[in-house]
Amino acid sequence: MSELHVNLVAVDRKIWSGSASMVVAKTLEGEIGILPRHEPVLALLANSPVRITTTDGKVIQAAVHGGFFAVDSDNVSILAETAELSGEIDVDRARAALERAKAAGADTPDEVAAIERAEVRLKVALADQSKDHAARSATG
Amino acid sequence: MGAQLRVYRRRIKSVQATKKITKAMELIASSRIVKAQQRVEAAQPYTRELIRAISAAASHTGGGHPLTDTDQRLRQRAAVLVVSADRGLAGAYSSAAIKEGEQLSSLLAEQGLEVVPFLVGRKAAAYYRFRGRKVAAEWTGFTDQPTYAHAKEIAAALLEAFLLRTEEGGVDEIHIVYTHFESMVTQRPTVRRILPIQVVEQTAEEAAASGQGPFPLYEFEPSAGAVLDSLLPKYVENMVFAALLLSAASEHAARRRAMKSATDNAEELIKSLTRQANQARQAEITQEISEIVGGADALSASA
Repeated sequence: MSELHVNLVAVDRKIWSGSASMVVAKTLEGEIGILPRHEPVLALLANSPVRITTTDGKVIQAAVHGGFFAVDSDNVSILAETAELSGEIDVDRARAALERAKAAGADTPDEVAAIERAEVRLKVALADQSKDHAARSATG
Repeated sequence: MGAQLRVYRRRIKSVQATKKITKAMELIASSRIVKAQQRVEAAQPYTRELIRAISAAASHTGGGHPLTDTDQRLRQRAAVLVVSADRGLAGAYSSAAIKEGEQLSSLLAEQGLEVVPFLVGRKAAAYYRFRGRKVAAEWTGFTDQPTYAHAKEIAAALLEAFLLRTEEGGVDEIHIVYTHFESMVTQRPTVRRILPIQVVEQTAEEAAASGQGPFPLYEFEPSAGAVLDSLLPKYVENMVFAALLLSAASEHAARRRAMKSATDNAEELIKSLTRQANQARQAEITQEISEIVGGADALSASA
């Protein structure tokens, strides 16, 4: 079976690249799942988690802000202004950031976007943690 | 110790202290060039993908976007973003960039355009302030380590000016003057027009010749126009970011070179001062001996 070649790139660094069997992301119009041999797509991403299922079955989550992605003959490029893998996010700090953003209010579009970003980061960080926890309880 | 010898010794000490400082600055700059170069390279993949996506989206919408239209606007005003350094001691780095900006400004003025300066770095800001010129905006304090947030801030100001109608004081073109980092030894002040963007439309044969192949028939979400709308500001941000990164690398390289020659000069100076000090010391000793001999002679003659 063919596989996807994924490049997850932020403005200042390459975050992750490798082969995957599925990529799930949320565009401005809703969630979209990309499997091998998908038609070419160029879509704007909402502030949301991106899930990449690698060929060996692992799931990689990343919080992506202000990005877009292009699919073209099994090459998937996800470009983001900032992107963080779930493992890079500190849960406590993400939670604190969310509270700070909420405390600042939601009056301007910027502030709303800040809250949204903080929520996405926390969601990604928590998803990773619960997965770790599940893995640990399964083995232990 | 004679007065002259003391003066020489004092000067040697002071030059040695200066040499230590310039040597340290040279080492710091060398280590930062490598980091700055790595940042330039790390930003490449994004730029490549972004330009590809924009080209694809632009060829689908068939022009007509306000950021790509070259013909429909009057050419009345042009913004010039000059990237210089915050600190001196970098040789001709800042002045070369500022001079390039001056040349561009006079060229644009010849074409009948009004130039609106935007400045990055304390050196350019000081240059314009000293001449009492009006500046649209200036940013300082980050030229040695620019981040994307800085580029975003600058791009936002540039875009705001660009999107304003000409009659209301908006600009019709945006040029950027930065120092291109070609290698450790060559950095060149460079001018680039970032807006309006020139979209190069390729035919299938041309695309095949360049080895990229034609753009696939993308499905755009939400629409090609909307994708282009949100990509073009990112393009401007990215161009500003790339210019800032390259300039930062150039700044470090220029500083390293300036500090290396300062260190070499200090060494040279210490060498010649040491020679002079030795000569003064020997002259002093010779004088003392001749004084003693002369004194002994005088004593034996009188006895």
